[in-house]
Amino acid sequence: MNLSAAAHPGFLSPTGVEITFVLIGLATLGAALLTVTTRQLVHAALWLVVALGGLAVEYLLLTAEFIAWVQVLIYVGSVVVLLLFGLMLTKAPIGRSPDADSENRLVALGVALAAAAALVWVVVDAFRTTWVDLHGVAQGSSHATGESLFRHWVLPFEALSVLLLAALVGAIVLSRRDAGSPGGATTGAGSPADSATGKEQS
Amino acid sequence: MTLTALAALVPLLPFLGAAAGLLLGRRAPGFVRPLAVLPTAASFVLAAVTAARQGTGAPTDAAHRLTATGSVPIDLALHLDGFSVLIAVLVGLVATCVQLYSVSYLRDDPRYPSYAALVSLFTSAMLLVVYTGDLMVLLVGWEVMGICSYFLVGHHWETEAARAASIKAFLVTKLGDVPFLIGVFALASDAHTFRIDGILAAAAEGRLHHPTVVALLLLAGVAGKSAQFPLHTWLPDAMAGPTPVSALIHAATMVAAGIYLVARLLPVFTASAAALAVLAAMAAVTMVGSGLAALAQDDIKRVLAYSTIGQLGYMAGALAVGDRDAAVFHLLSHGAFKALLFLGAGVVIHAAGTNSLTAMSRMGSLGKRVPDAMWTMGLALAALAALPPLTGFFSKESVLRAAEHASSGDAAHVPSAVGWTVLVAGLTAALLTAGYAARLFLLAFRGSGPDAPDHGRQPVVMTTVLWVLAVPTLAFGGLTYRELPDWFGGAPLGPTLLTSVLGTGLALVGVLVTYGAWSASSATRMAVPVGAVVTADPDAEPALVEAEATATHQEVYGDIAAADDPGDPGRLLLGRLHPLAAHGFRLDAVYSALFVRPVLAAANLVRFLDREVVETYVRAAGGTPRLLGAAVRRAQNGNVQTYLSALLAGAVVLAVLVAVGG
Amino acid sequence: MHLAYPAVLAVLLFCVGLYGVLARRNAILVLMSVELMLNAVNLNLVAFDVWLRDTVHAGQALTLFTITIAAAEIGLGLAIVLLVFRHRGSSDVDRLTGLAEPHGGPGAPHAPDASDATPTPAADDEKAEASA
Repeated sequence: MNLSAAAHPGFLSPTGVEITFVLIGLATLGAALLTVTTRQLVHAALWLVVALGGLAVEYLLLTAEFIAWVQVLIYVGSVVVLLLFGLMLTKAPIGRSPDADSENRLVALGVALAAAAALVWVVVDAFRTTWVDLHGVAQGSSHATGESLFRHWVLPFEALSVLLLAALVGAIVLSRRDAGSPGGATTGAGSPADSATGKEQS
Repeated sequence: MTLTALAALVPLLPFLGAAAGLLLGRRAPGFVRPLAVLPTAASFVLAAVTAARQGTGAPTDAAHRLTATGSVPIDLALHLDGFSVLIAVLVGLVATCVQLYSVSYLRDDPRYPSYAALVSLFTSAMLLVVYTGDLMVLLVGWEVMGICSYFLVGHHWETEAARAASIKAFLVTKLGDVPFLIGVFALASDAHTFRIDGILAAAAEGRLHHPTVVALLLLAGVAGKSAQFPLHTWLPDAMAGPTPVSALIHAATMVAAGIYLVARLLPVFTASAAALAVLAAMAAVTMVGSGLAALAQDDIKRVLAYSTIGQLGYMAGALAVGDRDAAVFHLLSHGAFKALLFLGAGVVIHAAGTNSLTAMSRMGSLGKRVPDAMWTMGLALAALAALPPLTGFFSKESVLRAAEHASSGDAAHVPSAVGWTVLVAGLTAALLTAGYAARLFLLAFRGSGPDAPDHGRQPVVMTTVLWVLAVPTLAFGGLTYRELPDWFGGAPLGPTLLTSVLGTGLALVGVLVTYGAWSASSATRMAVPVGAVVTADPDAEPALVEAEATATHQEVYGDIAAADDPGDPGRLLLGRLHPLAAHGFRLDAVYSALFVRPVLAAANLVRFLDREVVETYVRAAGGTPRLLGAAVRRAQNGNVQTYLSALLAGAVVLAVLVAVGG
Repeated sequence: MHLAYPAVLAVLLFCVGLYGVLARRNAILVLMSVELMLNAVNLNLVAFDVWLRDTVHAGQALTLFTITIAAAEIGLGLAIVLLVFRHRGSSDVDRLTGLAEPHGGPGAPHAPDASDATPTPAADDEKAEASA
């Protein structure tokens, strides 16, 4: 691996995949930044869609196509919808809300920057010359993934379905109104999770 | 009944009486008086029977070991010999008289039950001290007496004087008791036993390693209990207690215990010439100083208190010259006449309504109001002044004879200088004693002026007791000085010509000089009336009258001890020494400056250190965590994001540290 | 392709999510930030799986599991947020301070439902951190 890495040119000669990856990555990062900084709550959810979608493209570039589609289906399709439901059910204000960030912002900024600096330094230091060979047999095709999943990961997979069932029941119990109180509006919190698990299970 | 059982009953009966009196005192008031008098009287009879059966025979020893007590065993030991049985008889006699007298003297006192029980306990403790053959058991009696004296002196605790006096008595005697305790332990560790006969055997064989140190330590306790210089200051103040208590303490019990102890342990003291010299110096200073002080006192009971100190000085002097026979002889005779003097003084105070000699000297016919007291006290004062043929003459002559014997160097172990010291001091004290005895009699009973208030006849019990005690005062010495050497197993005690002539001559000189001074100052007395004579309610019980008189003395005369009376013969005799002597040579002031004030200052310092410094640390120890807690509590604001920020910041710091450091 | 690109992108996404978790006031926005962090981890898993060419595809399998768990988590989380909102009328994280030390000294009474409701988002967030 080190030999092949050494044989390839360094950062100065990026391939087309790399350029694409970096550009998409910048877009993803920008969307993520907007997600955590925008003052409009609904926009945050929409920017999250962009970020997650960008990540799906990155997965594709890394030849993990099945993961990419799952990402689009679950995250972009259900999780964000779920979050939007949540925003609406909690009567989140539409439009700019001046108090979207808490007073903890400066501390959070410091911690995040410090963590970013430390991690970037470590990661760059460790993987400066590591080369990922994207050619050859695709790692993440549906075929390969399904084979490994049902050959090597059956038991965790089934255990995961139990976990999902538990989460389902838990979400229903938590969001259920007390007996006698009218309305069942919040059962929506449980049902999208249900649909998500259904998709996942299939 | 065996002799041992008989002797064991003697201290036990008053003890049981005291316990029963304390238990039944409130519930059955009718039993209190019998319970006070009968056990003590029975104990007196038993003591007399014990003395008769013991007689002049060999000492009887009996011991019972209750339990093993470590390295040095402690026995319930009984030791009967001539000394102990005779002193026990004296204690029994005086205690019985005091109990009888108290029945009348404190007839209306609401605290009489506890008072009588304490007197019984006191008696029991003294009898235990007298009979025991073990130093540890002796120490028990010794300390019980100390605490009983505290309670009894403070009987009138409503008055400031009584409270102060009781605390002073307790503290001063305890001051001596601490070295005494150490001395007892040192003695026992040398002799490997607490038994007195074992210790004496060890002393005879020279097995005591530090006789001087031990003897000096014991002397400190003796000086405290027997009121010798420099620890005598509690005794005059102890006059704040009721008169019967004074009689008990002074005549037979507490102060006698110290002398008795030295007499029992005399071989330990004679093993060290230095200890004897210290004892002699103590005795000499005590004799002369107390005589001078007694001449200047205004309170009749304080005169007697100083005379007690002086007579104890005689006994200590006799012990210093190595003659315990003479010391115990004087102890016995002194016990009889001093008890009489105090009980008589109680009658006089009751009759006169005051305890001030100055006031009494302006009262006509006081002697006629209380003839019994006058005659018996006259006898006792003559005995005190050692006029023949009264008992005091014989016992004091035996002391002087022993001193003269030692001064010529004839006594073994005793340096002749010690003998000379005691002899000279004894003769000087004889002069002074006669002087203050005469002054007391003349001022109290030969006053002139308005008649004393008429209180009617004094209670029969009280006067009877005076006459009972007058018998030994009159006859004890003369009848027994030939027999006593058999009991004590020692040298003859009879008076010799030289000391008799010297002592009696000096006593007569003292009496005559005082009489002359009294006559000379009588005109002054007539001219200067006393500002205020406080006379208490005549129908009150005697103890109340006395308490009131003691309490008001300071208000009226400006001082508790002295009165500003230009017609006092003592003032004429003492001259410029008078104010000094009246205040006990200002020894209390010296002690106050030397010990009390530094201790108080140190206590203040300690209090300051404790309140301000130590307390600050304590407060800081409590306050710092509280402040820290408040600071930490502020961090607990419930905001999960803050918590998480701190958590993650910490994680980043740790990761960086690991990355950099690793 | 250089491994550093996806790795650095993952780090930056993670830190952006971290900032969001710490700085956002609305509980749902906090949940979104948690999703960002989870996705950063997923990206790492995929990239390393591709690099190592793992024969059992541990990285991609784990990514799938993580996505599943994230879905479950978001469901539960939203249910909890809704519950809190129903009880308190607000889903602002920094106003859910029922666990705070009361200023009147220890033992001062406070609303019992607050102490019931607030631990759950906290535990939820930390669970998200742990799984991330």
